Amino acid sequence: MNETLRNTGLFVIIAALIILTGFQQSWNAALLIISMGLISSIMALGVNLQWGFAGLFNVGIMGFVALGGLAAVLVGMPPTEGAWTAGGWGILGALAFGAGTIFAATLVMKRMAKGWLRTVVVLVVLVAGFFIFRAVLDPSVAAVEAINPAGTGYLGGLGLPVILAWPVGGLLAAGAAWMIGKTALGLRSDYLAIATLGIAEIIIAILKNEDWLSRGVKNVIGIPRPVPYEINLQNDPLFVERAAQFGFNPVEASTLWVKVLYVALFASVLLILLWLSQRALNSPWGRMLRAIRDNEVAAEAMGKDVTARHLQVFILGSAICGVAGAMMTTLDSQLTPGSYQPLRFTFLVWVMVIVGGSGNNYGAVLGGFLMWYLWVMVEPMGLWLMNLITYGMSDGYWLKDHLIESAAHMRLMTMGAVLLLVLRFSPRGLIPEK
Amino acid sequence: MDFLNAFVALANYVLVPGIAYGSQLALGALGVTLVYGILRFSNFAHGDTMALGAMSAVLITWGFQSLGLGLGVLPTALLALPFAIVITIGLLLGTDRVVYRFYREKKAKPVIFVIVSLGVTFIYNGITRFIIGSDDQNFLDGERFIISARTFKSMTGLDEGLAIKTTQGLTVITAIIVVAVLFWFLNKTRSGKSMRAYSDNEDLALLSGINPERVVMITWIIVACLATTAGVLYGLDKSYKPFTYFQLLLPIFAAAIVGGLGNPVGAIAGGFVIAFSEVTITYAWKKVLGYVMPAGMEPDSLVQLLSTDYKFAVSFVILLIVLLFKPTGLFKGQSV
Repeated sequence: MNETLRNTGLFVIIAALIILTGFQQSWNAALLIISMGLISSIMALGVNLQWGFAGLFNVGIMGFVALGGLAAVLVGMPPTEGAWTAGGWGILGALAFGAGTIFAATLVMKRMAKGWLRTVVVLVVLVAGFFIFRAVLDPSVAAVEAINPAGTGYLGGLGLPVILAWPVGGLLAAGAAWMIGKTALGLRSDYLAIATLGIAEIIIAILKNEDWLSRGVKNVIGIPRPVPYEINLQNDPLFVERAAQFGFNPVEASTLWVKVLYVALFASVLLILLWLSQRALNSPWGRMLRAIRDNEVAAEAMGKDVTARHLQVFILGSAICGVAGAMMTTLDSQLTPGSYQPLRFTFLVWVMVIVGGSGNNYGAVLGGFLMWYLWVMVEPMGLWLMNLITYGMSDGYWLKDHLIESAAHMRLMTMGAVLLLVLRFSPRGLIPEK
Repeated sequence: MDFLNAFVALANYVLVPGIAYGSQLALGALGVTLVYGILRFSNFAHGDTMALGAMSAVLITWGFQSLGLGLGVLPTALLALPFAIVITIGLLLGTDRVVYRFYREKKAKPVIFVIVSLGVTFIYNGITRFIIGSDDQNFLDGERFIISARTFKSMTGLDEGLAIKTTQGLTVITAIIVVAVLFWFLNKTRSGKSMRAYSDNEDLALLSGINPERVVMITWIIVACLATTAGVLYGLDKSYKPFTYFQLLLPIFAAAIVGGLGNPVGAIAGGFVIAFSEVTITYAWKKVLGYVMPAGMEPDSLVQLLSTDYKFAVSFVILLIVLLFKPTGLFKGQSV
């Protein structure tokens, strides 16, 4: 069987599965699976860039995705009335001062001769800077958070079209990636893993606790959409007429149409990124990255700057995850920091890349759709399995209740098992690297 | 008198919790560092090994409690600990057999091992939640305090009280015993010496006839003891909740790296460095400063450098500093 045929066949199977969901459950559910599949594929493309092209192990995908989500709030939400005058500038000033302090400390490190005096000066700069930073920051934060805490209590955003948040999310993620990459790349591969694990936890902690920025666990809801609202469509006589022509009632037609628009938006982003990734893969740059991945020492001997290339590809991959994160928050219309779980946002994406075929962009896209589909289906399947197992037990028997209750935890085990099985028996994935 | 009060307040809120937490981290970091030294990868499943080990102890403790078995003033969990360790040993050896050995024989890259250990993490985590659920579980019994704040106040007549929980005392004593036995084993016994030789130079060790599979087996057995003990002590001291152990991974790794990966002494030192940094930076110093500062200069604010929600940030920043300035750690660890 020829390769193109086989790969097309794999994609056709996924499409068939989703269409089946459409017939069995509803087209709304099927379209939702497609939108999330598209977003997952984009995340998988980003991770594939890091792992498949360059062999970098990033365990902090969740953090970069969450930064993208933050971008959607910062760009899309309207600014809170009075928050900027109350404390917004104070917060910005404090942050700028904090950055200045760190910059001053690094300057001292570079300029002064090594010795105890340098250590003391650096410490004095850092400690004094920290206290001034807190002295400026704390009252401003309190002032911002005091403004209508039940409704806003945060700075709000810029009130710009939310689509702009997608590239901004990429930039935020790229910034965080630069910081991590600068310190942890060039050392042992495990250190990058641990550092990214840490940054992800910290980004989530910031989103959960800095109410002035993201409303914390109070969540930001009602982020403006890039597509029309269902209710407006239903009130639009032209739309209702069109829907009637195709034999839909207005309510169903409007929900479907909104989702189709989302799918179109996401699909165009995916296609652009896929095209770029394919170009990168087949360019001299892509070949250099694979050469570095396969033999670092040899590549270095050929005069390639391994650490700089790693930093580059790490930032690019993380930025793509940031874009996907912004898109996801746009789709949900809300930012809920409590919902970011490592299993869902880091581990699942890893499984997508490895199952799809690391090093192959089409593999990443396939893995994104396939694993998202399974992710949605595992829970009902687990429940079904547990019901089957406990079929013979009488109602109210403790083991039966316990097993049915535990079905929700099946996802963890299934995903872990899928990863281990694929790594062991088919380490090149469904669509292997050429 | 004021200085005495300040010291007691400091001991109560910083020193005692810091020592207990430091011992727990040190035990965790020892496990990570041993796996790194012998098997040469960062074991991401360590946190969930602790969770699974502690879970077995919780279940066995409940069993003993329902049978009426107990240790009087001491927690029943201590009685359950050896049984839990046996279960964890079985689990780790089984995992090694089914999962890790294949990659060892293939001489896979370390990063593949790390990914595999992440897969193992989620399977362990799934098993834990499947069996015991994801909620808080209480398995502490026996006397709660060695010395309570009120007794201390009436004994000394100071304004500040010093409370030492049984679990804190127990943590420190157990940690000292475990570490002493571990170092005796590594330095004095034949198996321990072969482990160190294997860790220092694999090829030379193989040449001198050391059986690598045996070394790996002993390592997993020791790691099981350390992880279960650390998990049970942490669960007794704080409370048992499966997902907290995944979050412990960051401070544990930070401790192991600060001390120098692969170096057992470093792991212990690193554990205490991380624990004390975390506790001092997230502690509100108002009370202590109130006693020490001259009258009229007492601080109005809480003087808390960082809210406790950011305690991960402390381990993380320390980790970054060490990676920037001394990637091999304070006590020369293995290769960068």
